[in-house]
Amino acid sequence: MRFHFKTSYDHDIRLFPDWWNFSLYAALLLVLLGLPWLIDSFYLGEMTNVLIWSVAGLGLMLLTGQTGQVSLGHSAFMALGAYSCVNFMELGLPFLAAFLLAGVFTGIIGGIIAVPALRLHGVYLAIFTLALSILMDDLIVILSPWTGGVNGYFAPEIWIFGIEINRWSAPETWYYLALGTALMVTFFYRNLLRSPLGRSFAAVRDSEISAQAMGVDVARTKTLAFGLSCAFAGLGGALMGLFAGAFNNETFNFLISIQLLMAIIIGGLGFIHGAFLGAIVIAFLPQFLSIVTDQLGSTSIPGLETGVFGMILIAFILFEPMGLYGRWLKIRTWLQLFPFARRDMFRRQKSYLKTERLR
Amino acid sequence: MSLLSLDGVTLKFGGVTAVNNLSLSVEEGQVFALVGPNGAGKSTVFNMISRFYRPVTGSITFDGRNLLNHKAHEIANFGIARTFQNIELFEMATVLQNLLVGRHRHRRSSLPEQMFFAGRIRQEEREHRHAVEEVIDFLDLQPYRDTRIAGLPYGVRKVVELARALSTKPRLLLLDEPASGLSVEETQDMRWWIDDIRRQMGITVLMVEHDMGLVSKVCDRVLALADGAKLAEGTPAEVQSHPAVIEAYLGTSAISKTANARGERV
Repeated sequence: MRFHFKTSYDHDIRLFPDWWNFSLYAALLLVLLGLPWLIDSFYLGEMTNVLIWSVAGLGLMLLTGQTGQVSLGHSAFMALGAYSCVNFMELGLPFLAAFLLAGVFTGIIGGIIAVPALRLHGVYLAIFTLALSILMDDLIVILSPWTGGVNGYFAPEIWIFGIEINRWSAPETWYYLALGTALMVTFFYRNLLRSPLGRSFAAVRDSEISAQAMGVDVARTKTLAFGLSCAFAGLGGALMGLFAGAFNNETFNFLISIQLLMAIIIGGLGFIHGAFLGAIVIAFLPQFLSIVTDQLGSTSIPGLETGVFGMILIAFILFEPMGLYGRWLKIRTWLQLFPFARRDMFRRQKSYLKTERLR
Repeated sequence: MSLLSLDGVTLKFGGVTAVNNLSLSVEEGQVFALVGPNGAGKSTVFNMISRFYRPVTGSITFDGRNLLNHKAHEIANFGIARTFQNIELFEMATVLQNLLVGRHRHRRSSLPEQMFFAGRIRQEEREHRHAVEEVIDFLDLQPYRDTRIAGLPYGVRKVVELARALSTKPRLLLLDEPASGLSVEETQDMRWWIDDIRRQMGITVLMVEHDMGLVSKVCDRVLALADGAKLAEGTPAEVQSHPAVIEAYLGTSAISKTANARGERV
C-alpha cells in the first residue's frame, strides 16, 4: 500500500498527488492518443460518441454532482450549443472559434435562465428544467430562420487549421476533436475543484445555510454553476449535432436530458470519473443490446433499450447510489487494506439532524 | 462603543413572539453567554445576527455597521463567524475542504484564474492552506485532516465546526451550544479552547450554552432569556442566583426551596 505523505501545501494543490498517479493517467492518455491505430473505424466512432457524451455529462455533473441542483433541461442547452455553433459558422467564423463561442454563448444564456430557475428546490427545479427541454423543441420550430425548423441542418464542413474533420473519410480526426474537447473540459472541471469556487459549489450542495454563514453568496454560486454547466453541455451538444451529420428539433428531445442524468447517476455522482464511466454505459449499451438480441436470433424488440436503461438506473439507486466509480473506490480500498478492510467501512451513516426549516 | 449591540429587537413568527424587545451589548474581548430554557429564543438571536431572520423592529449593530442593511452572505465578510446547534458541516467533503470553505471571504482570484489555475491562485491556495493549518494545529485536528465528515464521530464534528468558524479569522465568534453532546473531557477541552480563542487570538465570543459549569468558567457576562425576553444580566454568579432565573428553570416552588436552603424568607 502506498502511503501518501505530504510535505508541502503544493502536494494538495497539484493535479496529480504523486508520480504513480501521474504515470497512470499519462499511460491512459497515451492509450487514448494511440487508439486510432488500435481499433477499427466503427469502434473509433463509438469512442467518439462516448467522449461527446462525457463532455455533456461533465456539464451536468458540475451542476448535479457538485452543486446538488438537478436539471432535466440540459438537452435544451445542448441544442442551443449545436444551433449557435452552426449559426456562428454561417456568419463566417472558423469552426474552432464558433465552437468555443457557442460554449460561452450557451453558458451566458444558461446563467440568465438560472436566475429565476434556481429559486426552486429539488423536484420543482426538475420540473422547471424538464419544461425547458420540452419548450426548446417548439422554439426550434418557431425560430426556423436560425434553426432550419423541422427540416433541421446538415452539419457544415469542419476545418481546423487546414485539416478537414470528417467522420467518414477520416474518423480519427473527429475522435481527436472529441478527445481534445473532453480533455479541455476535464481540465477546467478539475481546476475549479481545487479553487474557492469549486469548494463553494460543494458547500452549497451540502448545506446552503452554513455556506451562507461562511460568506458564500448562494444565489451567485448557483448561477455560476448553472452557467458553467450549460457551457459544457453546449460544447457537448455542438459536437453531438455535428457528429450526427444532420439534426433538427427532435435530435435534442427531453429523452437526451434523462439519458444524461442516468449517465451521471450510473457513473457516480460527484466524480469526474463518473461522467466518463456513465458515458461509456450510455453509449455502448444500445450496441451491446443489439448484439445480444442478434445472438438470440430475435428481431429487435421495441422499447427494450429504454426498459433496460430504466432497470439499470433503479438497480443503481437501490444498491449502489455512489455509482460505478463509487463501487470501484470500494474495491480499491478493499484491495489496499487487504486483509484489514472492514465490512461496514462504507456503510452510509444516518446523517445528523439538519435544520431544514432554515434552508 | 461595544462591538455588537442589539437594540429593542423583536421577532415574530406568525402569532408567536420569539424574541421580545431584547437589547444587549457585547464588548470587544468579552466572552458573553446567552442562557435560558429551551425555546427561549437564544438560537433565534443568533439567526438574526446571521441575517437568516429579519427582526420586526429594533436594530443590530456590529462595529458601527447596521447589519440589517446587509444580506446573510455579507455578514461573514464583516468578521462574524458562527457554529450551529445541529452541526451544519459539508458532509461529503473532507475536514480540510470544510475549513478551506471558511477561507472563502479571503479569496481574491477571478473566475478565469480559477478555471486555468493561473496567476494569483496558486499562491493564494498556499496561503489558505497555511492559515487553515494553524487552526488544525490549534484544535488538534491533524488525524482527521483528510477524512470525510460523513465518517466522523459527533464530538469531532463539533470541533471541526469550531475550526471552520476560526478559519474565517473572525472578530466575533458565535457559538451555538459548543458543549452539547460532548463528553466531560471534550467539554474540558472546549473550555480551554474558548479561553485561548479569547486570550491568544483576541476574538470576542458570544455563545449559547446550557452547561452552567462551562458558562461560569469561561464567561464574563451572562444574559438569561425566557420566552424571548431578558430575565437577568450580569456575571455568571449573579445570573445563577437571580430569583427570576431560578423560577424560569425550576418553577415557582423551587424558589422557596432554595430560599429555605439559604435560610432566607421569600
